Amino acid sequence: MTIAVEEVEFTYPGGANALRGVSLRIGSGEAVAIIGENGAGKTTLVKHLNGLLKPDKGAVVIGGNGNDAPWNTRDHSVAQLAARVGFVFQNPDDQILERTVRAEVAFGPRNLGMPEAEINAAVQSSLEQVGLTDAADNHPYDLLAPQRKLITLASVLAMRTPIVIFDEPTMGQDARSVARIGEIVKDLKSAGRTVLIITHDIDFCADHFERIVVMADGRVLADGAAEQVLTRTELLATTNVEPPQLVRLAQALGLPHAPLTIDGLVVTLLQ
Amino acid sequence: MIRLRDITYHYPRATTPALDKLSLEVPAGQLCAVIGANGSGKSTLCYALAGFVPHFYRGQLSGHIEVAGIDVAQSSLAEIAGTVGLVFSNPFNQITGARFTVHDEIAFGMENMGVPPDEMRARIDEVLRFAGLTDLADRSPFALSGGQQQRLAIVSVLVMRPKVIILDEPTSQLDPVGSKEVFAVLRDLAAAGESTIILAEHKLEWVAVFADRVLVLQDGRLVADGPPREILTGDNLHDWGLEPTRYTQVARSALNAGRRDNGEALPATLEAAVEYFR
Repeated sequence: MTIAVEEVEFTYPGGANALRGVSLRIGSGEAVAIIGENGAGKTTLVKHLNGLLKPDKGAVVIGGNGNDAPWNTRDHSVAQLAARVGFVFQNPDDQILERTVRAEVAFGPRNLGMPEAEINAAVQSSLEQVGLTDAADNHPYDLLAPQRKLITLASVLAMRTPIVIFDEPTMGQDARSVARIGEIVKDLKSAGRTVLIITHDIDFCADHFERIVVMADGRVLADGAAEQVLTRTELLATTNVEPPQLVRLAQALGLPHAPLTIDGLVVTLLQ
Repeated sequence: MIRLRDITYHYPRATTPALDKLSLEVPAGQLCAVIGANGSGKSTLCYALAGFVPHFYRGQLSGHIEVAGIDVAQSSLAEIAGTVGLVFSNPFNQITGARFTVHDEIAFGMENMGVPPDEMRARIDEVLRFAGLTDLADRSPFALSGGQQQRLAIVSVLVMRPKVIILDEPTSQLDPVGSKEVFAVLRDLAAAGESTIILAEHKLEWVAVFADRVLVLQDGRLVADGPPREILTGDNLHDWGLEPTRYTQVARSALNAGRRDNGEALPATLEAAVEYFR
């Protein structure tokens, strides 16, 4: 499902001018990472995609390229949009409500009116994906904060929405969970879902996302293929981001290109 | 400065210990990183050093914890707070809620310590600048973004100049350059001998650059303790649920792909990797 953000401007009540004219078109099945300094407007932008925020100026349209009707977020409720856009908040405690992990993960699909048998299957498979099958009957708050984040990820996966948005999915996660989240992104991509993440984890971006959007000061600073964007050291520095470790190494060694994979860099190094 | 002897700790109702026979000594002025998988005991160790275990979390503690001459289990949190500062991983847990502006939130700890007003003003201005919060000083702490709240939580502790600073993943919500700046300030504080620092952290790239020493926890036990390069390039890292930095991974892959091994230690930092491949 497609996402179209057209000339969106937004100011929070109280004055913070968070978006100053953002345009972005994301195709069906694309995987896009949004990066940029704290306060760049990343979270404000994605909160427009599920209707939590409505633009002061401009428009956000979800779908409309193929079988699905275009939904302007101004004309649809957050509840309606939830059927199209799954959203994992930065802080899991903003969205956990239920008394067991299983009930929490079932909440979203049930709300969407999914048949009970299908809900069970969706809950089961999404708990497997995040590695929390054994914790299904625990109280969410008996788990550690990084695991609670995985619960919210599972909740969104279980809703099987055509678009999924993760705000800082790898924050506070250890290496195994980061790898697991990478696998989830891969699975979503191969299932043709549209995936959007916000992250400060630039190495994770380089590993899993082909398209990178760089934001600063409420605007899109750059938007393009990972190989191009993640090697623009000076541009990234203006929004408090450094290129991935591999790119920094290639650049420090003065290599002709800066591959984004370990294998790619090893080949270049051994030439 | 810090001495743990045979620490075992169970959270209330827990059957397995969160810390298991942990013994450790950290001299003054050291920046000591604590790494390990989620659930390995990093946060619990932080809480124990700052007295939140057992005074706040209760549960069962055995062994002896001494921090800056204070017997932590025998002292109140108020007695410990003047000497030991703790930065939580979630800034939400840290912000007092007792003050209405960023400025007053930063002043809160110093007021309780009786710092003279002139000195207080100077220190507050300094940390506001460092945190990039000068223009937001009159805003409510709860009206800040996640990253701004995290910077507020860090400087609210630093401003008290505690002898011992404990930080539990202090930069999880900060952008890459902002994170690096925080680690650099911590390194400088330790190097100047002003503070002894314990830093629980997942970002191994910066642990490799800034830490003097690395402790590895697994299931509440201390399984490794040594200089960053030695620990972070060791073969055991995967067994502990950790991933080496890309610099280490590239060097190892290059060796496997036929690069001549000149016996040099694998690199964990950018600087060492440049040296290694030159």
